[in-house]
Amino acid sequence: MPQIETFYDVMRRQGITRRSFMKYCSLTAAALGLGPSFVPKIAHAMETKPRTPVIWVHGLECTCCSESFIRAAHPLAKDVVLSMISLDYDDTLMAAAGHQAEAALMDTIEKYKGNYILAVEGNPPLNEDGMYCIIGGKPFVEQLKMAAEHAKAIISWGACASYGCVQAAAPNPTRATPVHKVILDKPIIKVPGCPPIAEVMTGVITYMLTFDRLPELDRQGRPAMFYSQRIHDKCYRRPHFDAGQFVEAWDDDYAKKGYCLYKMGCKGPTTYNACSTVRWNEGVSFPIQSGHGCIGCSEDGFWDQGSFYDRLTKIKQFGVEANADTIGLTAVGALGAGVAAHIAATALKSAQKKSQAANAAKTDEKTEA
Amino acid sequence: MVATPNGFNLDNSGRRIVVDPVTRIEGHMRCEVNVDDQGIIRNAVSTGTMWRGLEVILKGRDPRDAWAFTERICGVCTGTHALTSVRAVEDALGISIPDNANSIRNMMQLNLQIHDHVVHFYHLHALDWVNPVNALRADPKATSELQQKVSPSHPLSSPGYFRDVQNRLKKFVESGQLGLFKNGYWDNPAYLLPPEADLMATTHYLEALDLQKEIVKVHTIFGGKNPHPNWLVGGVPCPINIDGVGAVGAINMERLNLVSSIIDQCIQFTNNVYLPDVVAIGGFYRNWLYGGGLSSKSVMAYGDIPEHPNDFSPGQLHLPRGAIINGNLEEVHDVDPRDPEQVQEFVDHSWYAYGEPGRGLHPWDGVTEPRYELGPNAKGTRTNILELDEAAKYSWIKAPRWKGHAMEVGPLARYIVGYAKGHEDIKNQVEGLLRTMTLPVSALFSTLGRTAARALEAEYCCRLQKHFFDKLITNVKNGDSSTANVEKWEPRTWPKEAKGVGMTEAPRGALGHWIRIKDGRIENYQCVVPTTWNGSPRDAAGNIGAFEASLLDTKMERPEEPVEILRTLHSFDPCLACSTHVLSPDGQELTTVKVR
Repeated sequence: MPQIETFYDVMRRQGITRRSFMKYCSLTAAALGLGPSFVPKIAHAMETKPRTPVIWVHGLECTCCSESFIRAAHPLAKDVVLSMISLDYDDTLMAAAGHQAEAALMDTIEKYKGNYILAVEGNPPLNEDGMYCIIGGKPFVEQLKMAAEHAKAIISWGACASYGCVQAAAPNPTRATPVHKVILDKPIIKVPGCPPIAEVMTGVITYMLTFDRLPELDRQGRPAMFYSQRIHDKCYRRPHFDAGQFVEAWDDDYAKKGYCLYKMGCKGPTTYNACSTVRWNEGVSFPIQSGHGCIGCSEDGFWDQGSFYDRLTKIKQFGVEANADTIGLTAVGALGAGVAAHIAATALKSAQKKSQAANAAKTDEKTEA
Repeated sequence: MVATPNGFNLDNSGRRIVVDPVTRIEGHMRCEVNVDDQGIIRNAVSTGTMWRGLEVILKGRDPRDAWAFTERICGVCTGTHALTSVRAVEDALGISIPDNANSIRNMMQLNLQIHDHVVHFYHLHALDWVNPVNALRADPKATSELQQKVSPSHPLSSPGYFRDVQNRLKKFVESGQLGLFKNGYWDNPAYLLPPEADLMATTHYLEALDLQKEIVKVHTIFGGKNPHPNWLVGGVPCPINIDGVGAVGAINMERLNLVSSIIDQCIQFTNNVYLPDVVAIGGFYRNWLYGGGLSSKSVMAYGDIPEHPNDFSPGQLHLPRGAIINGNLEEVHDVDPRDPEQVQEFVDHSWYAYGEPGRGLHPWDGVTEPRYELGPNAKGTRTNILELDEAAKYSWIKAPRWKGHAMEVGPLARYIVGYAKGHEDIKNQVEGLLRTMTLPVSALFSTLGRTAARALEAEYCCRLQKHFFDKLITNVKNGDSSTANVEKWEPRTWPKEAKGVGMTEAPRGALGHWIRIKDGRIENYQCVVPTTWNGSPRDAAGNIGAFEASLLDTKMERPEEPVEILRTLHSFDPCLACSTHVLSPDGQELTTVKVR
């Protein structure tokens, strides 16, 4: 392996002082939710680790993950690409094309066997011999398997690579297949979302570079640090849910007051993601804050759970005690029992308040009659 | 040698060059050309190499959800498919949107144009003109002087600033890990910039990367996130509450101030960096006027950015509508997406079957059945293509035609249509640019013209974005805070059957969605997108599409290094995920092939 600069070398050579470097390490620790005791560890890791080569391949997708990635504010996308990793193959951004692009890929695989990260955006279609996605005249699935063979680890960016996403929605005409169903022998980190939040993407990468290990993953293979809680758990409109205060129609008075969007179909109660805490585009907003319910884009098969405007439960008199059990029973199939119980319990609470929800239920009955 | 009906000569006798993957585009694409002894391209074959089948997936779904599905056709032109979709549904169901929703939608669409054009120029296209390795040889002081000459108002112009960037670049190159610049064509004589211009432009590559994440915050404010903000049939989902109870959770003064500051940032960057860069770089390439292709013959635009809600008549659109055929700028035809004789799609050279050859279908009646097969003269195998046979089927892209003509769409098409119609803003911009660069009108019909039109359009869109911001404020000041019309939200208020069409100008060109609704569900959904027009394969009559036409007669400095091919293809800003999603709901059940 050739002489490779460490992270720290790169930063120093770019004129960043030791002091600034340590400050950066502190910020990184804070961003990852780690205590001050981790700062020296991060500093040590960055002083000794070379820039890790990353191969970023694209299957069936819409490139929203790449677009999200370049929106990263901390660290900036340019710093990730110039100073933290070595992005040796990425057909969306690389200068070379055709034979020269393929040569760059082969060269990186050869030179860094077992030491590069494979980032996958999109997924391979398996119908038509894989020829619904062709790279270099061959099926994408072949490129994927070849690049995976010697990868240290694989990152499945977004809903496409993690679960299949829109092209895998029923009836999945191309048989678009998530990465973990094609690559069976490598550690895979799923970073779902359509797309994932930019800082979640860079957070996952910097965690791996900093600690030289995979982040703690949940049972589905997602980093627990970003995907262990529901949008609903940390939603700033949650008090309105608990109080039984809901938006009843788009742009009504309750919408203007920022009430809960549950009745407008919000999937926040069943969606595990960091949107309501990290938020989007440097914390500017997230879907609920801008008035539309969560569509659940980081959940497996979210395209096939009914309309985005269907309520999670079909009850007509939400908030009335007699129907609270029904809420638990009819909650969507993907819902864990704990989640259902939570909704039921909250419903009970709000039922006691007998506020706006009861009136709303009446209106509902009228309109649906 | 073959002469095509649309006026091009093809000769596939020379050496065949294959470029696959074509990089720095959205999606997957392949290009093959034949070059003669002088290295001049005499035949061109462009192929979409992906297909996702979104339209069959839409069948039977709630029309109010369609925007979210179609938005995922493309994450680069994010939002434009969603806007087209809600327009199609509203057209079908007769839904009118409020004035504020029109202003907010226009701001989001214009914001996308600006963002997309900036990212396209600096991050997808610049490396076709700019050599970052050559920037290492630049004198930072001379670069500073160049910067101050081309753009006196740009604050980042000191010698020290350029020296810092150059040092960073130098360390990067010296590390031996060239990353994205690896295997570039850095010693190819097709690069014409002096080192100082290379350093200036490379610096702006980094500045633009920082800026683009700011631009999109307009989407985040109104749509909650970017990429893929949220939209709504009947208006926009974000309510306006300027000063009442709960205003802090809605579009309020603070949010509007943020929008306003971003609009100003867009204006500054476009005026101080983007446009001056295009003029400066274009100046060094002023004699490289290849790549015109179809642009001097047939161009089309649907028009967009309605001044008033629900009024799409041509006179009310800020981006012009019209079609020009056979280079006759004196006559601009109107475009009617409902006329079954105007927009039609053909599949004779596409990997689909219609049952009978030479048949064209209007999108409302689209029929598609995928049929992947290589022609008898293709080289390689079914799953290892070495060379395609363009006499047979060779692309996942269909061939749309307007009254039988292959058309170019996109910023240049819009600007040619606008120029021909005497659109005041566009005419002033075009004439101003040509005067500055001392180039004739004919120079527009080129790769460079396409790139310049995009920059001019970004500047125009910045002004329009401000216009609609002011309009929104005025309207709110007058007491109207409405953002959505929910009268026909519930499916029971809909007719049993309905059909509609939505049109926009996506960053890459004319975009249309055609929908049929039956019993509250989508019966048929068809999208005809810009890269389907530009990247179209041949049709039964032998007409070639815009990509293929643009490559002809270009001289390659080194045929084994596709710098010129990339430069011209990139000038269209190809979006392959957009162009190749197509499958009609009427399509036959697809054959399942064994798992590999």
